[in-house]
Amino acid sequence: MGNVPDAVKHCLSYEQVIRDYPWLAQWLQEGQVSSLPVAAINTYPEFVKVVEVGPRDGLQNEKEIVPTGVKIQLIDMLSEAGLPVIEATSFVSSKWVPQVAAGAAEVAVFASASETFSRKNINCSIAESMQRFEELIQSAREAHIPVRGYVSCALGCPYEGQILPAKVTEVAKKLYGLGCHEISLGDTIGVGTPGSMAKLLESVLKEVPNHVIAVHCHDTYGQALANVLMALQMGISVVDSSVAGLGGCPYAKGASGNVATEDLLYMLHGLGINTGVDLSKVMSAGDFICKALNRKTNSKVAQANCQP
Amino acid sequence: MATVAMRVYRSFCPSFSTRSIALRSTTTVARAVGVSAVKALPEQVKIVEVGPRDGLQNEKTIVPTEVKIRLIDMLSEAGLPVIEATSFVSPKWVPQMADQVEVMQGIHRRPGVIYPVLTPNLKGFQAAVKAGAGEVAIFGAASELFSKKNINCSVEESLQRFEEVTKAAKEAGVPVRGYVSCVLGCPYEGKVLPEKVAEVAKRLYAMGCYEISLGDTIGVGTAGSMGEMLAAVMREVPVDALAVHCHDTYGQALANILVALQMGVSVVDSSVAGLGGCPYAQGASGNVATEDVVYMLHGLGIHTGVDLAKLMDAGAYICRALNRRTSSKVAQASCKL
Repeated sequence: MGNVPDAVKHCLSYEQVIRDYPWLAQWLQEGQVSSLPVAAINTYPEFVKVVEVGPRDGLQNEKEIVPTGVKIQLIDMLSEAGLPVIEATSFVSSKWVPQVAAGAAEVAVFASASETFSRKNINCSIAESMQRFEELIQSAREAHIPVRGYVSCALGCPYEGQILPAKVTEVAKKLYGLGCHEISLGDTIGVGTPGSMAKLLESVLKEVPNHVIAVHCHDTYGQALANVLMALQMGISVVDSSVAGLGGCPYAKGASGNVATEDLLYMLHGLGINTGVDLSKVMSAGDFICKALNRKTNSKVAQANCQP
Repeated sequence: MATVAMRVYRSFCPSFSTRSIALRSTTTVARAVGVSAVKALPEQVKIVEVGPRDGLQNEKTIVPTEVKIRLIDMLSEAGLPVIEATSFVSPKWVPQMADQVEVMQGIHRRPGVIYPVLTPNLKGFQAAVKAGAGEVAIFGAASELFSKKNINCSVEESLQRFEEVTKAAKEAGVPVRGYVSCVLGCPYEGKVLPEKVAEVAKRLYAMGCYEISLGDTIGVGTAGSMGEMLAAVMREVPVDALAVHCHDTYGQALANILVALQMGVSVVDSSVAGLGGCPYAQGASGNVATEDVVYMLHGLGIHTGVDLAKLMDAGAYICRALNRRTSSKVAQASCKL
């Protein structure tokens, strides 16, 4: 890159920056507080895929039962808003998969990084759940149905407390090895912070490529967007969220659960990140479902009337 | 258990290339590398608790003096290093702060803790010092319209008033903290240029403010605009003299604070229980909750000196007194980890 000005060279190549400012690499490694991995310069993906889980994860955790017509209307409104992936599920056991597979677009499997949570939630150990998934994933792949893996309790468990990043990595790696095309790491009780998120991802990204990983943050302790921000800085570009922040936390009465899609989009767009989603249409969908559920939205963007 | 997911796929061909938001133009690259490059997070963050002043000022219910005093005492016991106690503006404008003198004289001042008070002008400053204030705060704005509507004068006129205060404060040996509001957006003007924020911050710093708190008054800022604004301000004011005052009206506060920390800011304003709604958005939230900030900082391994449990007690106390629900998510969650 002969005649190109230094400044442009730096735009094009991080390696070039390090070559020209050798002190920078050392500086970045010095004095790491709690050995937190940090990006050299705040880089963000150009595009983030938002996985809308409101109709499934959200409604599942709402007390009010919602009529099918309303669910369909919600999903249609979310589609119109431009969301690239919208989860709407029915629960099936593994033997039904071949029949349902004919009409299904994707299958999801739910593992846990916590033994106790696995036993309490799906009545078997983590290892046993993997054995069940192996067969299911195999059938799905034969039918050319992609499989998404979820790992719950990725940043903490309501029963076991702290969860080691190495354990989450082990489960994620196994799911990836079995054939999941995407692994969503869930902070099931929302206790994670950007600190624990960074440590988790540092561990997982050693075994699973970054484009395979999604983050599913709960906002129970108000940390979700900060956690998502950290994940983006570490190269993650798939984020799960729920319109209007539907779905409370079943482990903390009265507390919030899923991060609100509207608030997530507000942040992503403010960062100049493309999502393909129309925020105002998502807000209409959120407004619609909250009226149907007779509840107030959990989205702060929706609550704010400020029009700057 | 497996779940069949019906998914709607769109035909996107996203490009997953990364892009640096810090690199704005070729000429600023070298500076951006130095300024926006993430240093290690600060080891320590000073939390400036604004609940008793900024928080209560924006609450509808008038709170009795003894409740205010008790709140401040509980916050002192929780280990907060700076607690904004009251405001020496005319009670005509801010009735909640009418008991300013009694509050100053009634609180138990914990050794090592600072209790700044707001002073809009020289008269307010003199009254504050007379009542025993050891530190004062002045409020500028980065938006002309906001300045006119809020304190009835232009930004330049307000800065001239403040110069009188900082001069008198210097003579009296009283430190002054400067605030700049509307740093990431204005309810009247909309977008606010980072250069304007930098200009006002620079003036306040030059006239003697030891610290400049940059306020996202209507909470519209995001990690993107926070980064840009700080980069501009840091060209004029050393980062050690900067604080961020984020509002959570759009749920962005903690993410914005994280970016500020990554850029070297180590002073964060917050309000216990997230007291203080947004006067520009009815029903919307305002100040970020101290409990939620402390939770994040401690999770990052950053030292604050604050005892979160005692802080939550103070939050529970004031919410009972105000007969309102806390705005802190940490307080709302009953998960015990």
